[in-house]
Amino acid sequence: MAEDAKSPAKKGSTRREFLRNSGLTVGGVVLGGALGSLLGGKEQVATHDVAPAPQLTVNPAEALQFFTPDQYRLTQAAAERIYPKDDNGPGAMELNAAIYIDHQLASPWGINSKEYMAAPFFEAEETQGSQIRILRKDLFLLGLKALDAYSQKQYDNPFIDLEPEQQDQVLTDFSDGKVPDISGVKSPLFFSLLRTLTIEGVYADPLYGGNKNMEGWAMRKYPGSRMAYVKEIQQDKFVELPPQGLNSHMGH
Amino acid sequence: MATKLPKVPVVVVGMGWAGGIVSAELTKAGIPVVGLERGKDRKTSDYLMAHDELRYQHREELMQDLSKETITHRNNEKMRALPMRDYGTFIVGDGVGGAGSHWNGQTYRFLPYDFEIKSMTDEKYGPGKLGADYPIQDWGLTYDEMEPYYDTFEKMAGISGETVESYGKRSNPYPTGPMLKTPIMKMFEEATKNLGYTPYVLPSANLSEAYENPDGISRGACQYCAFCENFGCEYGAKADPAVTVIPVAKDTGQLDLRTHSNVTEILNDGTKATGVLYIDMITGEEFEQPAEVVVVTSYVFNNVRLLLNSGLGKPYDSKSNTGVIGKNYAYQVSSASSMMFFEDQEFNLYGGAGALGIEIPEYAGDNFDHSDLKFIHGAGIRVTQYGNRPIANNVVPKGTPAWGAEFKSQSIKYSNSFFPVKSQGASMPYRYNYLDLDPTYKDAYGKPLLRMTYDYTEHDRELVKYISQKTHEIAEEIGADIIDTNDTQNDFNVNKDTNTHNTGGVIMGTDPETSAVNTYLQMWDADNVFVVGASAFPHNSSFNPTGTLGALSYRAAEGIQRYLDEGGSLV
Repeated sequence: MAEDAKSPAKKGSTRREFLRNSGLTVGGVVLGGALGSLLGGKEQVATHDVAPAPQLTVNPAEALQFFTPDQYRLTQAAAERIYPKDDNGPGAMELNAAIYIDHQLASPWGINSKEYMAAPFFEAEETQGSQIRILRKDLFLLGLKALDAYSQKQYDNPFIDLEPEQQDQVLTDFSDGKVPDISGVKSPLFFSLLRTLTIEGVYADPLYGGNKNMEGWAMRKYPGSRMAYVKEIQQDKFVELPPQGLNSHMGH
Repeated sequence: MATKLPKVPVVVVGMGWAGGIVSAELTKAGIPVVGLERGKDRKTSDYLMAHDELRYQHREELMQDLSKETITHRNNEKMRALPMRDYGTFIVGDGVGGAGSHWNGQTYRFLPYDFEIKSMTDEKYGPGKLGADYPIQDWGLTYDEMEPYYDTFEKMAGISGETVESYGKRSNPYPTGPMLKTPIMKMFEEATKNLGYTPYVLPSANLSEAYENPDGISRGACQYCAFCENFGCEYGAKADPAVTVIPVAKDTGQLDLRTHSNVTEILNDGTKATGVLYIDMITGEEFEQPAEVVVVTSYVFNNVRLLLNSGLGKPYDSKSNTGVIGKNYAYQVSSASSMMFFEDQEFNLYGGAGALGIEIPEYAGDNFDHSDLKFIHGAGIRVTQYGNRPIANNVVPKGTPAWGAEFKSQSIKYSNSFFPVKSQGASMPYRYNYLDLDPTYKDAYGKPLLRMTYDYTEHDRELVKYISQKTHEIAEEIGADIIDTNDTQNDFNVNKDTNTHNTGGVIMGTDPETSAVNTYLQMWDADNVFVVGASAFPHNSSFNPTGTLGALSYRAAEGIQRYLDEGGSLV
């Protein structure tokens, strides 16, 4: 099993061959930009005098299955406050947490397919878990609406146009339950859904659409889903390994 | 109308450790077994894509589908029980291997004290140490009688470990040596030795080295990949019924394993079972499977529920304190802990294994004096290294916000620089903690759900207060920069607590008035029904339950063979 991160290009062929075989060239010229950074590696590729390469959409999963573009932008803005960009590295927005959230809400999980959803629904004691009839996908959209409504009420602007400090205050009020109930649901429940999904979106395997380029993992020096750590766990010194996604287990 | 199938000698309900062991032992002896399992079949190569924290841990890939069946919970009889609608505290396994597929693999024996807890407590502290509402009772057999079954289970699973002098006597050393010691385990080892304790590497089913068991099953060594609990093992290093006992049973040609088969009722006339009713969960077809012997080996909850829904055994009633089915439900008490943060040290915590850890025996069972304490039994105090997966491990010092800029920077700063001295405490039965049928909520097939009435007792809260102090002293000796000690046991929360070590409800003993099964786990009220699992524990010890569950399964398998030969009650 490979102990070091290997870019797909290095696996059994040269980077150039990979590019040629994968069809990611235009007229025999290797494209830079997003693709270049995707592949990484130190190998130099001959470049010719050409105009700056156009940006390619390299990740077809960076598109919406569930949200409208407006809902997506609002989710991006809210998730960014949960997990903001800082000196450590990118925040939820750059890590595509909102893409992750979109995909999750479109999945069977979004319609609570593995939860017990039979009636009757009663008000629960704190020790009994949530007892709500509203599906996750619907609760999330209702919560987004409430975010905007509350922002409008407090600051005369939609959430997305607020200053970061104002956005934090709005989210704090949601988290503390200071906001009117959302179709009968207490606001901390929506907040907790947003928080959980954001954390998942920055740290789940990139196959789910977030944790872009595994940068969520890289920030905390998490090596991803490698196959063995027999050597590392015995060492006193910290061993930093570049992250690997589940994709590296394909074909085994 | 159910399709009636030809009668078979033995039908087994649930193919986890209990069902797998019983099936292997009976089929090896030439007895045909029909194994009914409501989940899917599994094999090692299914797990090559299992290093997926989201799918397996947070979306509960290996767990039962709660949309079909869950439990309801209330903290006490004054409350209305409500369904556990999504997974919080318990994770209930599903499929071939059951909880034995997703477990961590910590494989202890219970103490000699556990099996004779009532007599030994009365003898040392006088009767009434706990009060009348704590119905602790002896198990009906001693540690020495259990020892050979433990030995058999450990050899089958290849348990890795080291002998602990202050625990029960062993007839053999562990079949494989202890797991590796990591730097954080060594820190705990050194600190606890300084304090006069005798730390030991905890016994593990993760296999410290390659091993071939007496059934001829070979498995490779653990790679410390950090995907154990909630996950299946792609190496087969973690002992799992699906890679040990079930292949052995299959090889005999005597096991008829039917997956996606959900048993809804044990057919019986009140004194004997005639077979079971089950539904094919894919097609919805209903079948009746007549059998000489019915072996109930599903999880604790469903063992109890099946009996109650089938009218087998006398249901427990807390008011009159009579009846047995649902009685002595117990859990574990794990709140006492000290979280430690280190400013200038990073550990390779991304690696680990489900049963990788180190523990002290000094506060387990009656290894310390309880004369001045308001509880009995105790806890294992330990440091473990399961492998910190990033969604689940964003631990920050007390007072840090749960989101936002400070949360992000602190959770990243400490992501490889924290670990707790934690504990797992024993749980004594209480008169008003029990399982029965819910009056309101039903499963997908119209059968009542199981209702749990449970909260931590005063005894549990005292234990947490005492043990948390010990974890704090060890954390100080280790020398962490920040120590956050939790010394309070909050009310039981079905959505927050994290422990799947549920026990009791169909308990074993020597008296039909106070137990449901005898020491072969044969029902007093129906001698061709054996109810096998942690449901048989009259109380829960501080140790993980699987070792004892496995040992009891071997004893039950022996009992079933005897019953098929001789008939009647085995005691």
